[in-house]
Amino acid sequence: MSDIVLEARDLVKHFPLTQGILFKRQIGAVRAVDGINLQLHRGETLGIVGESGCGKSTLARMLVGLETPTSGDLFVQGRNMAKVSGTERRRGRRNIQLVMQDPYTSLNPRMTVGDIIGEPFEVHPEVLEKPKRRARVQELLDLVGLNPDHINRYPHQFSGGQRQRIGIARALALNPEIILCDEPVSALDVSIQAQVMNLLEKLQDELGLSYIFIAHDLSVVRHIADRVAVMYLGRVVETGTEDQIYENPTHPYTQALLSAVPVPDPKLRGLRDQIVLTGDVPSPANPPSGCRFRTRCWKAQEICAQRAPELAARQGSAHPSACHFAEVRDVVHAQR
Amino acid sequence: MSTDVNVKLDTLPGLDSDALPLEVKDLHVEFRTRNGIARAVNGVSFSLRAGETRAILGESGCGKSVTAQAIMGILDSPPGFVTGGEIRYRGVDLLKLREEQRRKVRANRIAMIFQDALSALNPVFTVGFQLGELFRKHRGMSRADSKARAVELLDLVKIPAAKQRVNEYPHQFSGGMRQRVMIAMALALDPEVLIADEPTTALDVTVQAQIMALLAELQRERNMGLLLITHDMGVVADVADEISVMYAGRVIEEAPVRDIYESPSHPYTKGLLESIPRLDLKGQELSAIKGLPPLLTDIPKGCAFNPRCRYVQDACRQDPVPPLHQMSPTRSSACHFWKEVKADV
Repeated sequence: MSDIVLEARDLVKHFPLTQGILFKRQIGAVRAVDGINLQLHRGETLGIVGESGCGKSTLARMLVGLETPTSGDLFVQGRNMAKVSGTERRRGRRNIQLVMQDPYTSLNPRMTVGDIIGEPFEVHPEVLEKPKRRARVQELLDLVGLNPDHINRYPHQFSGGQRQRIGIARALALNPEIILCDEPVSALDVSIQAQVMNLLEKLQDELGLSYIFIAHDLSVVRHIADRVAVMYLGRVVETGTEDQIYENPTHPYTQALLSAVPVPDPKLRGLRDQIVLTGDVPSPANPPSGCRFRTRCWKAQEICAQRAPELAARQGSAHPSACHFAEVRDVVHAQR
Repeated sequence: MSTDVNVKLDTLPGLDSDALPLEVKDLHVEFRTRNGIARAVNGVSFSLRAGETRAILGESGCGKSVTAQAIMGILDSPPGFVTGGEIRYRGVDLLKLREEQRRKVRANRIAMIFQDALSALNPVFTVGFQLGELFRKHRGMSRADSKARAVELLDLVKIPAAKQRVNEYPHQFSGGMRQRVMIAMALALDPEVLIADEPTTALDVTVQAQIMALLAELQRERNMGLLLITHDMGVVADVADEISVMYAGRVIEEAPVRDIYESPSHPYTKGLLESIPRLDLKGQELSAIKGLPPLLTDIPKGCAFNPRCRYVQDACRQDPVPPLHQMSPTRSSACHFWKEVKADV
């Protein structure tokens, strides 16, 4: 088997906009995800960053099978998920599990922790026979750092950080190879956030998991990711290793995004290269022609409106960057 | 027009224009709930000079927002009660004023912006109407005049096409634009103190940068005191002059911004700084603070942080609560062992 556990080829999701009640006509489409290619290797963490509305959560939902792509192909361990039989698709989905953002709404308040973590076995009963399940749930609780004796408690008896651990235990129940984390720490306080991130890293080392880590917090992504993809309005604008993206960003949007993150060190105040973008993100129902970032870009020229830049390595950028005028600009470190 | 208001404010008992714009002394707030008394604020003191930015830093449930609500006088009561202390605006103890006097201070002299601008604005009135309301109620202006002032305000916070947008409703604005409307509303009556409660938490980073830049500019122009309530250590490092770190309803460390990041002198502050990943550093180890913050109905004896602390000794588990030790004229820490914590790198 190859080293690539998950691959998306030209993945697209358009949500139709309709008008009329009885005779619905389509008057347009929200182009939430508009042609995304990505590969996830065994044992690595791929970070996906972008601001609200860039399509990162829609992408996540397609990757786990909660949303059917409008077009494009998704391969889980080399198998095209759109073409395989029902049984095989179920098996494929078993291998990719989701940790959700909000630990308060993603756990059913009427179910005990044991039922919540054991529910995946109801859906995929072939994984583990019934009598062994309770012991497995306790093992999982222990694995994520919760007390196995708390198996009969309800979610409200746990704090936010502990609830996120329950969500992680549920995702691990079926021994998946891929875990997709959609903003797993953004609802948590900083001191708790570090605990959960350390747990995720520990689990990766112990179980050899591959992560897709979606977040808007660029510092968190830098800490945990090996490779990073930056999204803007449904497309990936730049991708590379963590070092390439943070030390040598070449797309203007990546540079603006990175420069906007405050660094917790007052000595660097005013010494960093800050790019303050003007305006708002355009609507994905009516994205700009050519390069989608051109309406807010300080480098934009005529060609940007006419031709959409490809995501490719080019002069001025050793790693793939979707900008006609890509060039390295260090925005993360203080300028002397 | 503004002289008119000053005349009214002059009648406040004990007003001293040389005193600080905001001084909080030994503030106590509790919530009387069915599950017992939650002591949200337990003796918080700080002051704010004109033109200064003070950050109140802390995690959820530490009492930072309750402190802000008590200053504004918008605490939900019941169940919330201010049970002790003083909140002084230029020498006047706000807690002793009658409600109608207090209303004059609110918005006129001390204003506040909130985290969630969408729920803070009224969805059924236009933005212009809501901004104009301030001038109609507090300044007795006509509808037409107040509308004109509303347009000026939207211009001030750099909302493009202010003349058209003044007639739009809050849902027609984006998150960043809504927060600008909130700022416009807070600054309408030219306050001396602005309290910003997590002003950028709900926003994307690029928008956060715009809003923080705008706040800093307006503060400089007006020499306004800014009380920034936040959990974001990055934002604090960028804008604050002074910091008060809160834990379980108490200020546990107070210092100028540079000192606190360079040599934190309370184990909690130190733990916080070590648990945030940094954008400009790679592959650092995150040392998390173990355990959870205490329930406010059941705060541990002695130092509230003792069950989570790695410097803990027997004295920390006993009452009295460690007082704020004055480390230098500008710094203080509420840890018995601040010297060890500070020296430990």
